[in-house]
Amino acid sequence: MANPVTVDFPRNFTKALNDGQLRRNLRAAMDTLGLRRRNLFSDPEAFEQLRARGDAIRRRALSKLPQLLEQLERKCTENGIQVHWAETPDEANRICLEIMQRHNATRVIKGKSMVSEEMHLNHFLEERGIEALETDLGEYIIQLDHETPSHIIVPAIHKNRDQIARLFHEKIPNTPYTEVVEELNAIARKILREKFFAGEVGVSGVNFAVAETGTLCLVENEGNGRMCTTAPPVHIAVMGLEKVVERLEDVPPLLRLLTGSATGQLITTYFNMISSPRKPDEKDGPKEVHLVLLDNGRTQIWADPELRQTLKCIRCGTCLNHCPVYTRLGGHAYGYVYPGPIGSILTPQLEGLENAGAMATASTFCGACEEVCPVKIPIVDILRRLRIEAYNKVDSPHAVKGHGYKVNAMESLTWKGWALSNATPWVNALNAKLLGLLGPQLPRLPAPDIVKKWTQSRTLPKFASKSLHVLAKEKGLSDE
Amino acid sequence: MPTRPEKVYYFGTCLIDLCYPQAGMAGIELLRREGIQVIYPQQQSCCGQPAYNSGFPEEAKKVARQQLKAFPKDYPIIVPSGSCGGMLKHHYPKLFADAPEAAEAQRFSERVFELSEFLVRVLDIKLEDQGQPIKVTWHSSCSALREMRVIEYSKSLVRQLKNVEMIELQRERECCGFGGSFSVKQADLSSAMVADKVTDIEQTGASLLLSGDCGCLMNIGGALEHRQIPIPVKHVAEFILERAHG
Repeated sequence: MANPVTVDFPRNFTKALNDGQLRRNLRAAMDTLGLRRRNLFSDPEAFEQLRARGDAIRRRALSKLPQLLEQLERKCTENGIQVHWAETPDEANRICLEIMQRHNATRVIKGKSMVSEEMHLNHFLEERGIEALETDLGEYIIQLDHETPSHIIVPAIHKNRDQIARLFHEKIPNTPYTEVVEELNAIARKILREKFFAGEVGVSGVNFAVAETGTLCLVENEGNGRMCTTAPPVHIAVMGLEKVVERLEDVPPLLRLLTGSATGQLITTYFNMISSPRKPDEKDGPKEVHLVLLDNGRTQIWADPELRQTLKCIRCGTCLNHCPVYTRLGGHAYGYVYPGPIGSILTPQLEGLENAGAMATASTFCGACEEVCPVKIPIVDILRRLRIEAYNKVDSPHAVKGHGYKVNAMESLTWKGWALSNATPWVNALNAKLLGLLGPQLPRLPAPDIVKKWTQSRTLPKFASKSLHVLAKEKGLSDE
Repeated sequence: MPTRPEKVYYFGTCLIDLCYPQAGMAGIELLRREGIQVIYPQQQSCCGQPAYNSGFPEEAKKVARQQLKAFPKDYPIIVPSGSCGGMLKHHYPKLFADAPEAAEAQRFSERVFELSEFLVRVLDIKLEDQGQPIKVTWHSSCSALREMRVIEYSKSLVRQLKNVEMIELQRERECCGFGGSFSVKQADLSSAMVADKVTDIEQTGASLLLSGDCGCLMNIGGALEHRQIPIPVKHVAEFILERAHG
């Protein structure tokens, strides 16, 4: 994972844009996911109703977040799940490590979890001599290639079948080259089967944690999540503290929205509801279940009513699938764990604007992300807010970390001049006249940076010799 | 929707004002031919969106306040752009939410209509096609599509023209990569997006690209010209005026 301070967006972006194979892979994958989602939510009215419900459920949960978290802790504890609170990723990592060390664990098996990516848990454990094996097929593939997920849901979406075939052939000893999907699956399955039973601790994420019952819900398709949470004697679930919902009945609509938005599935192959460790009369399941709740700046986000909406996210990744920018870059170019539209609003809030603020500029505000968001997060408004706070020191306890980092005299002056011209009719008229007169001469003048960037792929627009103001006057239009 | 008014205000937009005044005039003509008196306040300028989306809300407010001043009466405000229309209609109330002008901005926003929606829904305009057969394609601007939600009205105008065949783009709902300051700040990304849009346009075999937003037309038209692809671009108002009234 890149060090936050050294993320070089322009270089990353250019590299991704020049990678034709990557762009073809992403395009094909996104078209498929988008089509599946459209087919599932084919009735716009019914979908709107479901979205409204999802939005309401998430709003309600966030409106009483502190109480629900307390209730969740109480219920989990009653059920025998041990609850831990972590303010920072480092704290969360240490909690996990301590549990693993207590059990002398050296091999950990993991189900897919974005929060564990946010914690850089694998790297942390590796440095301390613990092997953390990813068991989600996509995660397993990228781990083989020493990569991080490039998508929230489909971590290896940037790779096509041929690339995976080559990777397996090169990285897994004694593996013949094959492009047959079933054979590739069988190869991974055989290796992972053995690992499941060798794992001493299982780590998973949490899709929804139900406060009412103390239940941890886990959505998955491969069965690896079930293996990770039942085969080893210890299960550690890590979650961002916003994942809590109030009632059990809140889960079905959110689940429908999640699977439908993510992969266009009505339901997934597996839906795990973990409510306790193994009970005395039970034959299987872990003997210990731990829940690690990570804050990492979320309470700060939560404190602001507008920014709070970021936390409604159910991590379906559909905003990525529909984003024209993500589709052309892939997740790695963003340089942080959460890419695409949701990443562009979440990451700068977690990492600070001075580190990740540039992510908010990687959007045309086209609104495709908002249009598909199953819980109606106002992504564009929050992006705009981040742009504003990047340029302005904000006197508010809710200001985004790193606000004002972009304050610069030149840009401020330019906009001040622009505002003066557009708020003063005679200056505006004079400008229009000058541009009209100068228009044909402009190409001969030395081009400023802004013009060079525009003309790398486009010709410049021509200024009209008579503005609409002038034409309207000549036409005798009333100016009352 | 208002009932057919006697007078309307016309908000020309700064881009049309400076670079595409003929598109602006076409919108005015279409309204006048329906018997509507069009008022063009000379005090108007820009909607403020460039500063608003770039992170300079105070400057945006300063310019927006000038528009509130320039359109004081109760007439509908017609805008030949989904993007600037979206700013006036959906963002002014947010921009002024905590300002003394909050109520004024709210009333202002309620009077804003995108041109094609107004022509179709309020004026129920009927077009007779006088032109030769032609194949055109259509680009939906993101703000007209998702913010103003007026694409169906714009397209229905083109569909009234019997000699015009409209071929839809494969990826009509995908952004052309303009995005105001995005096109400069993320120049490579913007170029990649408009390149794909241009390929899509070429593949339709159409001889003209239409849209209701001059920002997109400037972006796409500039890219077509840069690649020397002989497909001109035109604002829908200008096109239907030419076809229907010669």
